[in-house]
Amino acid sequence: MKERKIAPYVYIFPTLLLVIVFVYIPIIQNFYFSFFKMSSYSTVKTFVGLKNYIRIFADDIFYTALINNTLYAIISLIFQVGIGLCLAMLLESSFVAPKLRTFFRSIYFIPSVISITVVALIFQFVYTPDIGILNGILKVIGLSKYTHAWLGDTKTAMYSIIAMSQWQYVGYIMMLFIVAIQKIPEDVYEAADIDGATGIQKAIFITIPQVKEMTLVTSVITVIGAFKVFTEVYVMTTGGPGTSTQVLGTYLYRSAFLNDEMGYASAIGVIIFFITSILSFIQIKISKSGKD
Amino acid sequence: MNKKKYFLASKVLINIVLFILILIVLYPLYWTIINSLKTNNELFASPFSIPHKLNFSNYISAWNQGLSQYFLNSVYVSVVAIGITVFLSALCAYGLTQFDIKGKNVIFMIVLGGLMLSPEVALVSLYKILQTLHLYNTRWAMIIPYIAFKLPFCVFLMRSYFISFPKDMEEAATIDGCNSFQVFYKIIVPISLPIFASTAIMDALFVWNEFTYALVFVEDKTIQTIPVGLMAFRDSLNTDWAVLLAGITIATLPMVILFLCMQKYFVKGLTSGAVKG
Repeated sequence: MKERKIAPYVYIFPTLLLVIVFVYIPIIQNFYFSFFKMSSYSTVKTFVGLKNYIRIFADDIFYTALINNTLYAIISLIFQVGIGLCLAMLLESSFVAPKLRTFFRSIYFIPSVISITVVALIFQFVYTPDIGILNGILKVIGLSKYTHAWLGDTKTAMYSIIAMSQWQYVGYIMMLFIVAIQKIPEDVYEAADIDGATGIQKAIFITIPQVKEMTLVTSVITVIGAFKVFTEVYVMTTGGPGTSTQVLGTYLYRSAFLNDEMGYASAIGVIIFFITSILSFIQIKISKSGKD
Repeated sequence: MNKKKYFLASKVLINIVLFILILIVLYPLYWTIINSLKTNNELFASPFSIPHKLNFSNYISAWNQGLSQYFLNSVYVSVVAIGITVFLSALCAYGLTQFDIKGKNVIFMIVLGGLMLSPEVALVSLYKILQTLHLYNTRWAMIIPYIAFKLPFCVFLMRSYFISFPKDMEEAATIDGCNSFQVFYKIIVPISLPIFASTAIMDALFVWNEFTYALVFVEDKTIQTIPVGLMAFRDSLNTDWAVLLAGITIATLPMVILFLCMQKYFVKGLTSGAVKG
């Protein structure tokens, strides 16, 4: 039976190796790089200690990015988790005919299977001033005075990108909530029916508390997603106009591959890492505590 | 009676709202498709009307102006990455669930820990590692990170399925003279096809749509995948937007069709692990 002793390690080894080399080591190395000044094609590194971090905390673009990511997180939390939950509850209620349920939820989910690049390109057409969909609709409903170069104005560009993200992911979060709602035992509702509870009472006192765990999980993944945002901004505005739509992800990319300041970019990476890993840690704690 | 009326009114109102949301979701996609069938002049003159005449030539010129290459690259990268990811994660989950081995839990925690980490923050060191391994600017610069980053999630999915299998089934087969790898592909694989499908689909969604690594780790246009290719495509077309819209449609269809046909597996993959992107 020697084979049974060695074989499992052979089965596990490739996965373990890949995960260690391409997930763990880069993150550890990234910490190390953040204390150096270095460029992309040379192997020479100069140790600079905490200089990159000192520079970051005095960098206006860094704060713009941090604020934009935070804004992204807050709006996404309200729309994706808030509206996602409301939609899920409506679709699982008796207000919607069972035949229509599948139809609604399939359609709402579609945007989340489309690549972010494609969605961003389509939304450039939504926001473009002359032939854009949004301005077209505003004109049709008599609100011409609000037509706008949505992505060209520093005041609206960030919100326009965030709005696109909501369009893309509300259906995804809704689907997670639907699954959670379907796991609630029927008899809980039956008992409430006997007590004469209304639909709204049932939603507030049964459904919402029962999907509490999923609410926490979706909140965390939404917020983590908001701090890792890159593609949406890169494709639509590359951080402009000016630096008004820079987020941490695009600023990291710009520092590393356009300004060739790889050490500085690594330090930005470390900061994103801290924010997202604290959030992931909370998520794993929550999903574990729910299973016991 | 009043209560019934109230219920009916709410029902109508709610369904109207839900249909309006359907319009909000579908209209940009509808707009993309109808305009991809117009000539460029018609697109600029009347962007909201339906096309006078269905004009499929945009699709042909999008395909011939470089999209075919990006599309095939995406297919290649996806097939290789998904195939290896599914195979390795199944094998790893098999090793972790069907044998009593030392350090099993530690290994599982290390693999699962990868789920908590966000490797995209380590763009710089990944770039350096791929350069050192001479993988930078090859297809493997995309494929290997795609595999490595999704393995924790896929092992997690597979393990949660395999863990319900009785261990003696495997031991009995071993006594019958099968080695453990034969047990894996003769017994475990055939009864695990649903979880293989879910895992492959969740992975496809990631690989087909991934942008950041494809942008950073590959320079050569001839091996670029669709998400990055579309950007280059946009820049080279200037204002030939009808062709760009046709390209966007071609890039999107595979995942939308896959979703509509395999919804069941999507939802299963989603529920087993609530992880986005």
